[in-house]
Amino acid sequence: MSNDLLDDLYRELILDHYKQPRNNLNLPAANCAADGSNPLCGDQIHITLTLTDEKVEQIGFTGSGCAISQASASMMTEFVQGRSVIDALDGIAAFQTMMTTSAPTNAVGFDDIDALIGVSKFPARVKCASLGWKTLEQALSTNNGVEVTTE
Amino acid sequence: MTDKEHRAELSVEQIRRDFPVLKRTVGNDKPLVYLDNAATSQTPVQVIAEITRFYRDHNANIHRGVHTLSVESTDLYEGARNKIAEFLGAPSASECVFTRNTTESINLVASAWAKSNLQEGDEIVISEIEHHSNIVPWQIIRDELNVTLKFIPMLPDGSLDVDAAAEIIGPRTKLVAVTAMANSLGYITPLADIIEIAKKHDALVLVDGAQSAPHMQTDVAALGADFFACSAHKMLGPTGIGILWAKTELLDIMQPFMTGGDMISTVTMSQSTWAEIPAKFEAGTPNIEGAIAFGAACNYLDNIGMTSIRNHEKELTGFALDKLNSIEEITIFGPSNVEKRGGVISFALQGIHPHDIGQFLDSEGIAIRTGHHCAQPVMSALNVPATARASFYLYNTEAEIDHLTDTLKQVVKYFG
Repeated sequence: MSNDLLDDLYRELILDHYKQPRNNLNLPAANCAADGSNPLCGDQIHITLTLTDEKVEQIGFTGSGCAISQASASMMTEFVQGRSVIDALDGIAAFQTMMTTSAPTNAVGFDDIDALIGVSKFPARVKCASLGWKTLEQALSTNNGVEVTTE
Repeated sequence: MTDKEHRAELSVEQIRRDFPVLKRTVGNDKPLVYLDNAATSQTPVQVIAEITRFYRDHNANIHRGVHTLSVESTDLYEGARNKIAEFLGAPSASECVFTRNTTESINLVASAWAKSNLQEGDEIVISEIEHHSNIVPWQIIRDELNVTLKFIPMLPDGSLDVDAAAEIIGPRTKLVAVTAMANSLGYITPLADIIEIAKKHDALVLVDGAQSAPHMQTDVAALGADFFACSAHKMLGPTGIGILWAKTELLDIMQPFMTGGDMISTVTMSQSTWAEIPAKFEAGTPNIEGAIAFGAACNYLDNIGMTSIRNHEKELTGFALDKLNSIEEITIFGPSNVEKRGGVISFALQGIHPHDIGQFLDSEGIAIRTGHHCAQPVMSALNVPATARASFYLYNTEAEIDHLTDTLKQVVKYFG
């Protein structure tokens, strides 16, 4: 079907990540984890990480929820895998800027993630897209263990 | 044959002409299909006109001045109360207190009745299918007064376990507070059975009529309940105005809810005495135009006839249940018998999140509600985080339900 309004939100790449999420697993050897949920919507994300020398060696996520929340988390894991913690935190900041300004980030490694820019035009859905990123931020922070929410 | 029987068949086409918003489009020029009536209903021109007329011709404060506009405004406000009392079957208009909405009506009972009439060891019984507005005030009363809060359980089909109610309601029960129709699943509560059980134990009964008053005939006197709450905005009226009906003898012993102007009889520097009911519960300048428009909404509904509206919705709901069940991936929650459910259909689509369903439908012009519907205990019992909910009213058509069904089939293809 053709529906421009909808296709701007659910770009093909997003639906692809939703239907075939990347890094969709719990890492048994993880040394870092965090949970995020939006209880009002029912979106849930669980992230596991192996961190060595301030670098994300491996990341996995599991969860359930709307297409936007799950696709965004999947894209986040692709972005963060193999990057330093500092680059990961920069990525989180860049993503948040994109959600609030509706402008592409031009950040390194964000080519796919820029597909989520359409979400910024649907204010009710920004919290869905942000959940995975906020959960990552939590996993990387000293507070990890406290569940996050973007509601 | 009465007038109402003459009007047994609704002329939906004619009714739709009264609702300007139904002519608009949304998104990419898609005609609006409004199926979120359990959240709020649309407003006919006859009601909108009353709001405009009030500000254009009469606007003044009520119960105060001797000047013409104040007298007219007071007459319109009290006239609306009379109309609403008649619509609800209240024996006296003075038993109808204007509030902001159903939530405020329930909070009024919690604050002005429960706080001064319950004590430790007493029990309040509500049910698992209540809206949060009929749960949270009672949790607060439970904690403040050390009373016990019990729940009548929900059965898997969304109905209430009346046998369990007979066990749960007992000699310590002082109040049974239940919905007349569940907003999440549309189940119509067997109020007569529950009230009979409550009355055996001399418990008072509060009925949350937010969903029933717009769609079914209400007769609070015949019902045998003690409190009845509803909101104008779900029954063709404006937001910000609702009603609490209560028996005179209860209103008389209740303490004021809020205090200030309009609710006093005398005020001296040291003390005050309260006005008669219902003014005792209406402190400050009320929502005057809202009350007047609420009266106009009751007039509109009366002219069409609540029996005709209920019959139309029963037909639509039966039609919708058949159509929607043709979607292989759908799960419909709630009773399948249209005698036991109002025009509310909550459903899930094979793992597709309700927000994605709602977003897709919106792009095709269809407005539904997605989420937990302020009924999280129901969602927990169904083991879902949220549902999609389509809810109907007198202006909805079978063609709209066909459009909903076809679009849901596209949703399955898009996200599946």
